[in-house]
Amino acid sequence: MTNYSVSAENIRKNFGRRLIFNGINFNYSNPGVYGIAGSNGSGKSTLVKIISGINAPTAGKIIHTYNEKKLTFEHLHNHIGLVSPYLVLYDEFTAYENLNYFAKIRNVPFDKEKIDDLLNRFLLLKRKDDFVKGYSSGMKQRLKFIFALQHSPNLLILDEPVSNLDNEGKDTVYKIIENESKNTIVMVASNEENDLSLCSEIIYLENYKTTK
Amino acid sequence: MKKAYSLFLKDFHSEMRTRYAVNALAMFIIVTISIIMFSVGQEKISESLAGGLYWVVIFFSAMSGLSRAFVSEEERGTSLTLQLIASPDTVFSGKFLFNIFLTFLMNTVITILYATVFDAFVIKNFALFLLTFILGNLGLAVSATIIAAIISKAGAKGTLYPVLSFPILLPLILTGVQLTVFSIDGTKIDEALVELGILLSYDVIMLAASYMLFDFIWKD
Repeated sequence: MTNYSVSAENIRKNFGRRLIFNGINFNYSNPGVYGIAGSNGSGKSTLVKIISGINAPTAGKIIHTYNEKKLTFEHLHNHIGLVSPYLVLYDEFTAYENLNYFAKIRNVPFDKEKIDDLLNRFLLLKRKDDFVKGYSSGMKQRLKFIFALQHSPNLLILDEPVSNLDNEGKDTVYKIIENESKNTIVMVASNEENDLSLCSEIIYLENYKTTK
Repeated sequence: MKKAYSLFLKDFHSEMRTRYAVNALAMFIIVTISIIMFSVGQEKISESLAGGLYWVVIFFSAMSGLSRAFVSEEERGTSLTLQLIASPDTVFSGKFLFNIFLTFLMNTVITILYATVFDAFVIKNFALFLLTFILGNLGLAVSATIIAAIISKAGAKGTLYPVLSFPILLPLILTGVQLTVFSIDGTKIDEALVELGILLSYDVIMLAASYMLFDFIWKD
């Protein structure tokens, strides 16, 4: 058991008249890896944004609880870590500056030892003082993982986690997922079989395309 | 407040690196003052015209740079990152602090340049001018921040910003012009209390409305 849980009650999302998905229900309160699968355009990223509190559903609700208290969306940010292709870090700062500002704005301590360890695991320690604009897409993806993990979130949401990564990067990500899922709820939105094979439960969005 | 201050520091550091807003503000200040200077030529302008033109420079300079607080985040795609690290209140407070800094910097430069270029712009009641300057800047900063948040989600940001700002800033500008003219002709503060009250009320109303509305604007 973890002291955090996330549940969905009859989530529906429309963009205009177009139905993206309807009737999504889940309740995750145990640490583990949970998947969201579906073809391109099926709404994986939309569901991820709804769970993260970035977008609102058309109908239904997402409930986050911590220590049996419901969290409002205004207070979610210190409990969630998100990695996604549409997440952009500040190009004009170095990796270290980015992470330092994120910690300060979140009002959590900047744990230098932990950050250095994460930078080392993602092979970015030597480049920590380089500007992010000089990073390759793979390096930026690795930095997003450090961004998502630096504040020890209770819910880790990974949207297309291995995109842009080489084999070494993918291995590191899989180890991180395995490690984090021992104490944390990890949600993975992906089409990759390797990613989905880590999941104990999977939501197939193709099954939620009807209004009934 | 600590989180908002950290966000302000992030924006300040970012601005120092990119010069996103400062360059636009500097160019607009120079261009608008130069145009007014060339248009006026050797003519001697009245006190009320000097006060009016002063606010024309402020309005157009503000329109060029103050939207950057949110527009730059939206254009670079970092809005999502901000949503993930801070509550809407923190984001608004941080951006508001940054716009206060920019507004005071911009208007200090405008006032010095304007006073240097135009002989008619001589402040006789400095205390009244200082009060107008502080209350006007705060009102301008809060309005500019909330309007920037609204237009950052829209398509034609550049056009929409001055169009949407004008009606919202009109009470502030009209009162600011009146108080600037009072400061130039040496009217006592006691005789300008109604205008100062309007300016203070504008600031309070805009600040309260902005904090209430920002949550809806910020979230898609």
